[in-house]
Amino acid sequence: MPDAPTRLADGSSAKALSADLARISSRWPACDPDMVAEVVQSVLASMRGDLTRVESSLLNEVAELGRTIANARAEIAALQVDDITASHIPSATDELDAIVSHTAAATDSILEVCETLDGVAGTLDTDAAAVLQDATTRIYEACSFQDITGQRITKVVATLKAIDSKVGHIIATFDNREGRPTPKPLPAEESLLNGPQLPASAMDQSDIDKLLASFD
Amino acid sequence: MSIDKSMNVLIVDDYKTMLRIIRNLLKQIDFNNVDEATDGAEALSKMRASNYGLVISDWNMQPMTGLQLLQEVRADARLKTTPFIMITAESKVENVVAAKAAGVSNYIVKPFNAETLREKIEKVLGHA
Repeated sequence: MPDAPTRLADGSSAKALSADLARISSRWPACDPDMVAEVVQSVLASMRGDLTRVESSLLNEVAELGRTIANARAEIAALQVDDITASHIPSATDELDAIVSHTAAATDSILEVCETLDGVAGTLDTDAAAVLQDATTRIYEACSFQDITGQRITKVVATLKAIDSKVGHIIATFDNREGRPTPKPLPAEESLLNGPQLPASAMDQSDIDKLLASFD
Repeated sequence: MSIDKSMNVLIVDDYKTMLRIIRNLLKQIDFNNVDEATDGAEALSKMRASNYGLVISDWNMQPMTGLQLLQEVRADARLKTTPFIMITAESKVENVVAAKAAGVSNYIVKPFNAETLREKIEKVLGHA
């Protein structure tokens, strides 16, 4: 037989009270946490004698939550998070952009040399030309790394920018009492634009071929 | 069935280095009439203005993606039968399913090699 839900003094359940608190919290995301903690502590101080054991425990949890938020605020302020958005993340994204730019320039130089070698291959006898062409083919294949690494770095930059944005929201919440905007859902196709997968989770060409064949 | 390697091939990628690589690989398997576009919209415009026997396209491009290009091509009465190979780093099952549903002829995942490119082209054009 299941346990009966814990009842509060007014007949409501502790679960219902938790749900109410969550609902109220979502309606007032920009509410000053210090103010909430202060109000809760004030209410607790005035009600303690009238509370049941469960009510007292629940309200103590809420008070503890208020203290945790206040502590987090103090710790975030001490971290000087402004440096993250003003300096660290822009610097990291610039460095990554520079990596993409430099490797792209190097790849173009390699391709230029290969094209010259392909031109020379046309003046050689058949066997020598085949050997040279095989070599340049392997270089062309290897050079496609630039596209893959470029896409991976673009993903990292996007992640850094997302972190930057989240940190900005945290700063705004604690400093300016501004609420966080609701994230917009991705349009349907954007959810398909994930870029290259890490090797451990990626499908290789044979997996793709099997999947395509399964439609026939 | 022999393949006419003198056909016009359109390669589409927003990354010029990749266009250069694919063009050179195609040249090595004797496809010498290769044209380029850097996004789906430019590719569609070129396809409507000319005749291509094969399109090889990346997926992740702006403003028109490779998938949108494929959908436009398959919805166009004159272009709808054009063989269309997607070459992309997008390798999730849902990507392949979406491309197949849109009518892709074959799908190559990056990084790829020259042999895979040759094999897929022969398969697609052999069935065209």
